Amino acid sequence: MKNLESYISDKVRDVPRSGIRDFFEIVAERKDVISLSIGEPDFVAPWHVREATAYAVTNGATSYTANLGMLELRQEVSTYIKDKFKLSYNPAKEILITVGASEAIDLALRALLNPGDEVLYHEPCYVSYAPVISMAHGIPVLVETNVKNNFMLRASDLEKKITEKTKVLMLNFPTNPTGATLSHDVAKELAEFAVKHDLVVITDEIYSELTYDEDRISVANFPGMQERTIFIHGMSKAWAMTGYRIGYACAPNVLIEAMMKIHQYTIMCAPVLSQKAAIEALKNGDVHVAKMRDEYHRRRNYIIAELNEMGIPCHTPEGAFYVFPDISKFGMSSKDFCMKFLNEYDVACVPGTAFGASGEGFMRCSYATAFESIKIAMKRLRHFIADIS
Amino acid sequence: MDELLKILKSNALETNEDIAKMMGISEAEVIARKKEYEDSGIILGYQAILNEDKLDTDLVQAIIGVKITPVKDGGFDNIARCISNFDEVENCYLVSGNFDLIAVLRASNLKGVARFVSEKLSMLDGVISVETHFMLKVYKDKGILATEEALDERLKVSP
Repeated sequence: MKNLESYISDKVRDVPRSGIRDFFEIVAERKDVISLSIGEPDFVAPWHVREATAYAVTNGATSYTANLGMLELRQEVSTYIKDKFKLSYNPAKEILITVGASEAIDLALRALLNPGDEVLYHEPCYVSYAPVISMAHGIPVLVETNVKNNFMLRASDLEKKITEKTKVLMLNFPTNPTGATLSHDVAKELAEFAVKHDLVVITDEIYSELTYDEDRISVANFPGMQERTIFIHGMSKAWAMTGYRIGYACAPNVLIEAMMKIHQYTIMCAPVLSQKAAIEALKNGDVHVAKMRDEYHRRRNYIIAELNEMGIPCHTPEGAFYVFPDISKFGMSSKDFCMKFLNEYDVACVPGTAFGASGEGFMRCSYATAFESIKIAMKRLRHFIADIS
Repeated sequence: MDELLKILKSNALETNEDIAKMMGISEAEVIARKKEYEDSGIILGYQAILNEDKLDTDLVQAIIGVKITPVKDGGFDNIARCISNFDEVENCYLVSGNFDLIAVLRASNLKGVARFVSEKLSMLDGVISVETHFMLKVYKDKGILATEEALDERLKVSP
């Protein structure tokens, strides 16, 4: 047999290794590290959700469900989206339950893209966007966001990158890793851009429950948008249900049907127990979501105040659970800064470059970590920058 | 509930400086608002929450359901105040259901509880009957689980 490597498809071989993966391997080796590198809540799923899961399995919920997901869950999703986002989706044919929001993104891209179609996406961003566009045979076209705009995406930046082949605009606000959100005016501007160029918009709203100072706003709310938008959300972040792997896509029936074709032949359906748990979370979980959001809010304020005192510039993120401070003044690459901080003070933050080249000069600190650990980490950061200044 | 109270309820030892940072206000404002709450009697005190099962004591706690006869003018309040004034009584509530009052009692041993119930509580004018439940084990107190916290099993780095 030839070298096995040569059997790997070109497409997959060409996908670069995730920058976060290298860092993970270094941190995983070490003991007693305070990690501000974790992209999931430090809370466990609320007890009523766990209890509902146990009840479901005890009562024999072990079968497949409808490909689209359980109707009861789709109805709950529909009610929730209507209530929180003022968007109406028919649970019978416009909502698809997926294995995490990640699957929904993958399905959306694969359903939409022909080889060579271009997808506009903004960086710094979640590590999987560009690879998943490539693996769907699309061409990822990156549009940089920057701290001057509070990492909001502007239509003027998109205009520079649009071509005849542009088919899709991908958005993620609040953004991982910057915590950026869209103001009403900017969301409107992006919506108008999408309508003007007749693009399909995939909006990953997984952090939308975790917005702190402003009301949540989605591009899907603007005229002419719902008909061209695939609205993606899930239970992972705000309900602290990452391991349950429940996401969903809401979109016009034609798009949901196309996504469902792939989903039914590859996944069949999201796990039934997780769907049962999600029903319980959506029905009775509001109070827990609010409590966790309050806690994240306090931690965010604390970290921002600490960074300000240290003289480390950092825009105040309005959403998600990340801060993205500017560490360029210390004259080191992001990677070197984070490695040195890890080696000397046992605190792990992710170099901004893990989220795209435009993340150079920044690092991501997740505040999905116990408050006491955040306090220690900030003290250590003070010592560290005193050492290197 | 006010943000400051939420923070203090979850950890009263949080420093004024840290609270100020969490709330995005000045330290002076935190101090002033705390004092306001203390002066107005909204904050009644600050206490440690103990897992007394881990203390080597014979301390006994009991929950006592009390039926009483309300009196003209005072209603249930007079007798409830009277019961609350005993040092042994840690909490006292007016409740709906089979009892009128629930009192939570602490005593240094079983005899202490027995003595309190038979010699003090039952003797009070207006007390019709009492039902004593000894506490055997505490699972949760003031919203805090008495069992060990679960380990953080998350990956140390994730996207």
